[in-house]
Amino acid sequence: MKNREKHSSQMQALRRVLTYVRPHMPLLMLSLLLNLLTVVLSLLIPILIGRGIDCILAAGNVDFTRLLTLLGQIVACIGASALFQWLSGLLNNRLTYGTVRDIRQDAFRRIQVLPLSFLDSRPVGDTVSRMVSDVDTFADGLLMGFTQFFSGVMTIIGTLIFMLTLSPLITLAVFILTPLSLFVARFISSRTYRMFRLQSSTRGEQTALIDETVGNQKLILAFSHEQASLEQFDEINSRLEECSLKATFFSSLVNPSTRFVNALVYAAVALIGALTVLAGGLSVGGLTSFLSYANQYTKPFNEISGVITELQNALACAARIFELIDEEAQTPDPDKPEEPTSVMGHFSLEHIRFSYDESRPLITDLSLNAAPGTRVAIVGPTGCGKTTLINLLMRFYDPQSGIIRLDGVRTDAMRRSTLRRNIGMVLQDTWLPAGTIREIITFGRPEATEEEVIAAAKASHAHSFIRRLPQGYDTPIAEGGGSLSQGLQQLLCITRVMLALPPVLILDEATSSIDIRTEQRIQKAFAAMMQGRTSFIVAHRLSTIKNADIILMMKDGNVIEQGSHEQLLRNNGSYAALYRSQFEQ
Amino acid sequence: MSEFWKHMRKYRKECILGPAFKLLEALFELIVPLIIAGLVDNGIRMNNTAAVYGSGGLLALMAALGFAASVTAQYFAARAAIGYSSDLRHRLFSHIQSFSYADLDHLGVSTLITRMTGDINQVQTGINLGLRLLLRSPFVVFGAMIMAFTIDTRSALIFVGVIAVLFLIVFGIILGTVPMHRKVRSGLDDVTAATRENLSGVRVIRAFVQEDTQISRFDRLNDFLTRAQLHVGRWTSAMNPLTFLVLDLAIVLLIRTGAFRVDEGSLSQGQLIALYNYMGQILVELVKLANLIVTLTKSAACGRRISDIMQLSSSMKDGTADLPPGDLTLSFDDVSIRYSEGADPSLEHISFTAAPGETVGIIGGTGSGKTTLVHLIPRFYDVTGGSVRLEGQDVRDFRLSSLRGAVGIVPQHAVLFQGTIRSNLLWGNPDADDASLMEAAAAAQALDVLDKKEKGLDEPVEQGGRNFSGGQRQRLTIARALVRRPRILILDDSASALDYATDAALRKSLRSLPYHPITLIVSQRTSSVRFADRILVLDDGVCVGQGTHEQLLETCPVYREIHEAQQADAAAEGGMKS
Repeated sequence: MKNREKHSSQMQALRRVLTYVRPHMPLLMLSLLLNLLTVVLSLLIPILIGRGIDCILAAGNVDFTRLLTLLGQIVACIGASALFQWLSGLLNNRLTYGTVRDIRQDAFRRIQVLPLSFLDSRPVGDTVSRMVSDVDTFADGLLMGFTQFFSGVMTIIGTLIFMLTLSPLITLAVFILTPLSLFVARFISSRTYRMFRLQSSTRGEQTALIDETVGNQKLILAFSHEQASLEQFDEINSRLEECSLKATFFSSLVNPSTRFVNALVYAAVALIGALTVLAGGLSVGGLTSFLSYANQYTKPFNEISGVITELQNALACAARIFELIDEEAQTPDPDKPEEPTSVMGHFSLEHIRFSYDESRPLITDLSLNAAPGTRVAIVGPTGCGKTTLINLLMRFYDPQSGIIRLDGVRTDAMRRSTLRRNIGMVLQDTWLPAGTIREIITFGRPEATEEEVIAAAKASHAHSFIRRLPQGYDTPIAEGGGSLSQGLQQLLCITRVMLALPPVLILDEATSSIDIRTEQRIQKAFAAMMQGRTSFIVAHRLSTIKNADIILMMKDGNVIEQGSHEQLLRNNGSYAALYRSQFEQ
Repeated sequence: MSEFWKHMRKYRKECILGPAFKLLEALFELIVPLIIAGLVDNGIRMNNTAAVYGSGGLLALMAALGFAASVTAQYFAARAAIGYSSDLRHRLFSHIQSFSYADLDHLGVSTLITRMTGDINQVQTGINLGLRLLLRSPFVVFGAMIMAFTIDTRSALIFVGVIAVLFLIVFGIILGTVPMHRKVRSGLDDVTAATRENLSGVRVIRAFVQEDTQISRFDRLNDFLTRAQLHVGRWTSAMNPLTFLVLDLAIVLLIRTGAFRVDEGSLSQGQLIALYNYMGQILVELVKLANLIVTLTKSAACGRRISDIMQLSSSMKDGTADLPPGDLTLSFDDVSIRYSEGADPSLEHISFTAAPGETVGIIGGTGSGKTTLVHLIPRFYDVTGGSVRLEGQDVRDFRLSSLRGAVGIVPQHAVLFQGTIRSNLLWGNPDADDASLMEAAAAAQALDVLDKKEKGLDEPVEQGGRNFSGGQRQRLTIARALVRRPRILILDDSASALDYATDAALRKSLRSLPYHPITLIVSQRTSSVRFADRILVLDDGVCVGQGTHEQLLETCPVYREIHEAQQADAAAEGGMKS
């Protein structure tokens, strides 16, 4: 059952591959044809050479007229075969890399429109490996492998036919003996597998130690622990030496062994061939042709057995890529989007119902009205729905029912881009693209001037940090912030928003790792930035909460209390209880 | 390279025997066409069945001898390669132990790890293949040529020509495409990076409505990669047809010349067949040789990267004096430091003195230079201006082991190593007995950590100490520093994961240690430093205030600002977050 499923998913993957190959179909057909011609011509050459040698018997016994004709034919074969081989190689490249490019392009475009619910549920590394290594394996295996497989099979069939026309008996001998080398190779590699496993586990152990010690080299210096570390290292190192030696040596027996088997096949062909010649069943030239076939014949066998596993692997990879490409996109933007005339920042939520997982309801009935310029602090324990609210405001997720309006216009009636351009967001998980500090800051507004960048950096108090970096604003930073401290990364995120300064702000109070003094400055800058802007703040700090116009007290996905600090204290409800239990000593 | 041979000398026997047996194998292979020639000339032409069987037996014998020789060669090659690289690993690891903090910053830890792992493995592969093939392939190629000369000089000239041309083609294409392959590799890296970025940054990208920009950027990278792949593909797909073309044409030429030579009686049919067979052996070995050269170039590059590191000597000069016994006075005398030339200084004109037993608090924002300041005491870095002194003598005069032996440091990140609690605490002093370990643990408020664990001191610690909570790790690292009874104790923001009560108990027990270290406490919280004898307030690398808590509240606006902000939030810490 499982096998059939696997089979059918492979067939499905193959069909999808064909849709990508279809535009290049003439290329593929032409390439296969050229390949076939190459194989036939190149197999013809040993035969012609053998015939040529038959023209050269002994002194005074050379048939020059026939020989020259034959040589002319050989040259023609050689030229044509080389040309065809080259052309088919070029066609294959074009076919392979073109298809790969198209697939990558489609996959990337799909990523841009996939719903966040999909992306959130999948590790980044997994999707990256689909886009990069799976596509590569697919290209190598399926397209290159296919032509290799094709020409390998053709070569074997061709060789057998050509050999049969020369001598069925010797052909039989070759046919029986050749698989022996495959068998020997498989035998050795199955035996060495255990040694390789030991080698790689020991190597893993050593790498872990290297990671641990070299990674914390400074600590080792601080405790003068150098000698002890070295001893520990040497112990593993000597074990690694021992098992590496075994693994390397035994695995390096594969080539000599298969060569040995092939040499024996060669000897057998020579012997049987010579006896056949003596018995009059074959010419000396024919024997020569045979010997050169015997040399070539084993190669496609070794190749094909590798290619078959590769083909299967490639199909599995293709299936993984198409899973990504065929994943359903988020609901598209409306055909006739509405645009709010001028955004003041009036946000309202009406009877929102939302959950990530239908079986576990989260937000059941949320309503909220934030007038332009309102400062909304969202308060509540982990899992109460604070982040979810941000996801809904930004339309990273859509509610199952209910309406969200910005300045009276339903947010699902406008383009996502219109909505998001009007909201500035600083999340707790900082994310910075790779690039220079300047590029990071201008991420949302690539056209910003130097003065604007510096002004924004000064406003977020990042300027003095940046100036102290080796190349100031031109310092390159690796993706994910590289060596920057978490605090500095957050400052850059804030600077990035400072530069764009849209009418609505969403601040996930990203202060956990910025020291208090720097944070104080940021708070001041935030306060200035929030002037006249609607702001939603996931708040942890008392000062933020107290200064808010509306406090949303959330619990289990719903707003249980709403109002200013004073109002809520007067109400003497959950907020007041929480306030007294946690903020007062 | 001379460095390479110096250490390879240990494996002289293997380096000679490996290739020697490989040559032997090649020799047996080279005899095969001669046997075939004999088979044709003496067996078939003379109608001699016994000679045919003889030749067949010889062929089988050659196969067996070749097999034995090559197995022996593989063994010696593996021994030399593995032995050498194990030794190299040891030397490199030991060399890394000598680097200073500045060297480590400069080189980067990840670089060193790559050198230790990937690069050395590549060197190992290079040596192994090199010993096996480097001599064999040229030997077969030139051996075939020489054998051709022994058969017939005129025909052998064709070999000379064809070897030269094939050599040019194979090496030209393989070596010529190395930079193109590198371009493909880096193109692929870019595509990978762009994909990863778009996934991990999806919220920000969508929030800033940058999807289209990202798509066009990706298309550019993707097209660049495809072009690079096609470019290199054009050359590599030309290699096979081109070499076969040259070789086959040479064979045609050989047969044509051979026909005349046979006709005039200076060559036999069997010999002509032998020449034809030799021709066939050349190509296979040339391709192998060229691929080997690529592997060797890669290995050599890795070897160079390793030897670059081996040649770096520590940038820090060790001192000669021993630290005087007894209590120490610490003083900073107009200290400045900048990490690299051109960068703004990280500390400027810092001066203070601490008497034995005193506690110094250091407070300031992120990047204000707090950690830098304490790192100057055990000479993790050297000052670029002024001096750090112990008992009036510059720390640069002391032997590093003597100096660092007197300092107990608790770093910001509480890192434990794989092993047991005991093995971790022994880092502080390898000779400590259990009683002093427990004493240190008690002072570090870590006794209850030990109590909670079933095996006490022998409780296993997983890599990075991940089977302990942040607060437990922090207390164990404090204990580790106390085990050596330091004369200077440095706590670099090391109570951040402790709750208020434990923090207070810790401060109290540190004050009542039976010995009297100078204690430096780095913190962002005024509550952690307010009881210090002296507090330094740092702001962007400058000391903007110095004094006791009360004095600073009066005189230092920066300190007051920090304190007030924390007062307001003191209780909120951790409160509403949960």
